Amino acid sequence: MRFAPTEEHTEFADAVRSLLADTCTPADVAASWGGEVGSHTGLGSGDGRVRPAWDALVEMGVLGLLVPEQHGGLQMDFDALAPIVEECGRVALPDPVGDTAGVVAPLLATVAGQGGAVSGPAAEWLSRIASGATVVSGFGAAPLVPSGRTADAFVLFTDDTLVLVEPDDIESRPEDSVDGSRGLVRVEPVSGAGLELASGDVAAAMRAVSFDRAATLDAAMLLGLCSAMLDMTVEYVSERRQFGVPVGSFQAVKHHLADAGSAIVFARPLVAQAAHLLSGGHSALSGGSATVGEAAVAVSMAKSRASRAAQLVSETALQCHGAIGYTVEADLQLFMKRSWALARSHGDEAMHRARVRRHLLGL
Amino acid sequence: MDLTWSDSEEAFRAECREWLADNVPSGLPSGDTREGFAAHLEWERLLHRDRWAVVSWPEAYGGRDASLWEWLIFEEEYYAAGAPQRITQNGIFLLAPTIFEFGTRAQQDHYLPRMSAAVDLWCQGWSEPNAGSDLAGISSRAVRDDDAGGWRLSGQKTWTTRGAFCTHLFGLFRTDPEAQRHRGLTYFLVPLDADGVTVRGFGRLDGDEGFAEVFLDDVFVPDIPDPEGADEAAMATVMDRGGILGEVNDGWGVAMATTSSERGLTLRSPGRFRATATRLVELASRRAGDPGVSGDMLDAVTEAWIDAESYALHTLSDVTGITEGVSPGARSSYNKVFWSEMDLRLHRAALDLLGPEAELDGPWMKGYQFALSGPIYAGTNEIQRNIIAERVLGLPRK
Repeated sequence: MRFAPTEEHTEFADAVRSLLADTCTPADVAASWGGEVGSHTGLGSGDGRVRPAWDALVEMGVLGLLVPEQHGGLQMDFDALAPIVEECGRVALPDPVGDTAGVVAPLLATVAGQGGAVSGPAAEWLSRIASGATVVSGFGAAPLVPSGRTADAFVLFTDDTLVLVEPDDIESRPEDSVDGSRGLVRVEPVSGAGLELASGDVAAAMRAVSFDRAATLDAAMLLGLCSAMLDMTVEYVSERRQFGVPVGSFQAVKHHLADAGSAIVFARPLVAQAAHLLSGGHSALSGGSATVGEAAVAVSMAKSRASRAAQLVSETALQCHGAIGYTVEADLQLFMKRSWALARSHGDEAMHRARVRRHLLGL
Repeated sequence: MDLTWSDSEEAFRAECREWLADNVPSGLPSGDTREGFAAHLEWERLLHRDRWAVVSWPEAYGGRDASLWEWLIFEEEYYAAGAPQRITQNGIFLLAPTIFEFGTRAQQDHYLPRMSAAVDLWCQGWSEPNAGSDLAGISSRAVRDDDAGGWRLSGQKTWTTRGAFCTHLFGLFRTDPEAQRHRGLTYFLVPLDADGVTVRGFGRLDGDEGFAEVFLDDVFVPDIPDPEGADEAAMATVMDRGGILGEVNDGWGVAMATTSSERGLTLRSPGRFRATATRLVELASRRAGDPGVSGDMLDAVTEAWIDAESYALHTLSDVTGITEGVSPGARSSYNKVFWSEMDLRLHRAALDLLGPEAELDGPWMKGYQFALSGPIYAGTNEIQRNIIAERVLGLPRK
């Protein structure tokens, strides 16, 4: 029994943390905001990317973390990625690290592996991901796809097929997100375009596990965003003085922040467990190896609690910042708005709770 | 990450489970009543006979030298088997860690075996009528008696759980009247049959006589005997009359060093909440078809169950840290707030499911009333939130 990341995973995440501290500052995130669709959200003139950070992560091998070695990746386990994505959240990196490295790459690895292929389109895309191509995913009909404006390709889970399409294969239109760094597009339904990766039951199973991976990485990202919001609020209320003392010395403020801290502390182990089970790990709590159903329950506990933490921590951070937090000048908004988007991405608190409830009570 | 148990841990679990299945008594009255306490005492002595009372202690003191992981397994099996509350808990979980850390070898040898055997039954003497959350504001005092070689204790302790049934008290007393607040306090061990001690039990919210006031009037407690050249029997006679734990005037440090035991792991292992959550889910399954049961109620059940899973995983993470040399320290206040409020959510969810039946004096109503004490005892949750804010998050004290 050892409930902690491996030393290797911790070192990797620490390295990512120091790299992102230099390459993805709040100013970089603000600059990545684009105002080309509407105008009310625009801070910068960017495309939702912080390329120096992305390039550095590619260089480190993060994007190919789950890509098999034969396709140029590091072939590590899924639970190596969760702490890294949490670090991406800590700096509100807008680039689709979790989606490309943690949802699309393992999916393509499964597809490529099924044919035993070292070549073929899935294998080719895996190599391209390892060297920095952006492939993002969308679930359902006419999905909203973050980072879709700069994507090299899309994996779309529609009905019971799974297709890989390139921008020329589809209709997509930009949408304004509350978070101007999302690079959001809505992909319109297309039939027959692109490359069919799977269909029928196989596609349904791949869709299910991909959805769980996406939800888990959203949850990991939310932990990072929440930690950052809590840290910046602690710093702010320690400096801001009213009535001759720091506002952070008031119990009302302290208790708000203690509750925010608690929401993070008790969501984190659920996220770690979910990532571990999705890596094919076993859980002492369920007493045996993780079946697909058990992993799904673990994922839902994680995403439900991480989404709730995001809501609580963001609102608490705003309240404790007071009016300054209610401006687009404060960095807080970059983190809050991302957390609002991710809290409801790949299932919100209620949807995931319902999944746990069905597991427990059958209704 | 490795969330599996080793073969020897699994074997340990199987041994626990089998013993508990054969031995757990059913339908004991509450251990917080006079007759219930006696019944629980028998259970504690049975646990001790088969060396299940204090599994993580050294064998010489009645334990099995079990690891912290095995202790967690024991706790999980204990509560899953529906085994009784531990009337010895304030001794074995709160005082014992302090004796292990600060007691002399002679004190350990004297007190610990008697504690694990449930011969000495310990209650906690922290709070006073005018010192609850503000523990450093206590006024009970100990005056030096050089002629007799010891201290004379006077004052009043209160909210002393099971004080009316216990044999010994551990508590803080002011030894330096000039010193301010948390300085000048000393940690004393006091037998309740000493001359000058009066104990008065009184009813808690749930009606049980679980509380007591302890009055001390010039109660003599001797110094720790010098082990040099002293014979064992003579030393035991002295220690039977109590003593000091740690250094004089360092009682605050001694008491605080082990508060994380009280707030976190040892007092409230996850096993008990997971067992309650399992019973709650069973109740919900039985009641689900009832027209009075709403979707919101089932959601509350689900939330409470997730709480228990989350707390269990968090504990695994804490224990991993402890085994690798990282103490939870002030972070244990997160645990205390979480388990106490989770316990309330678990019981509220059950009462809601029971609807008009909830008011019956049954286990869920009884449990609810007990759960209500959680945010108050072991340092109120308001104090815990202050500790989190100041000592974990780093907010300014003033």
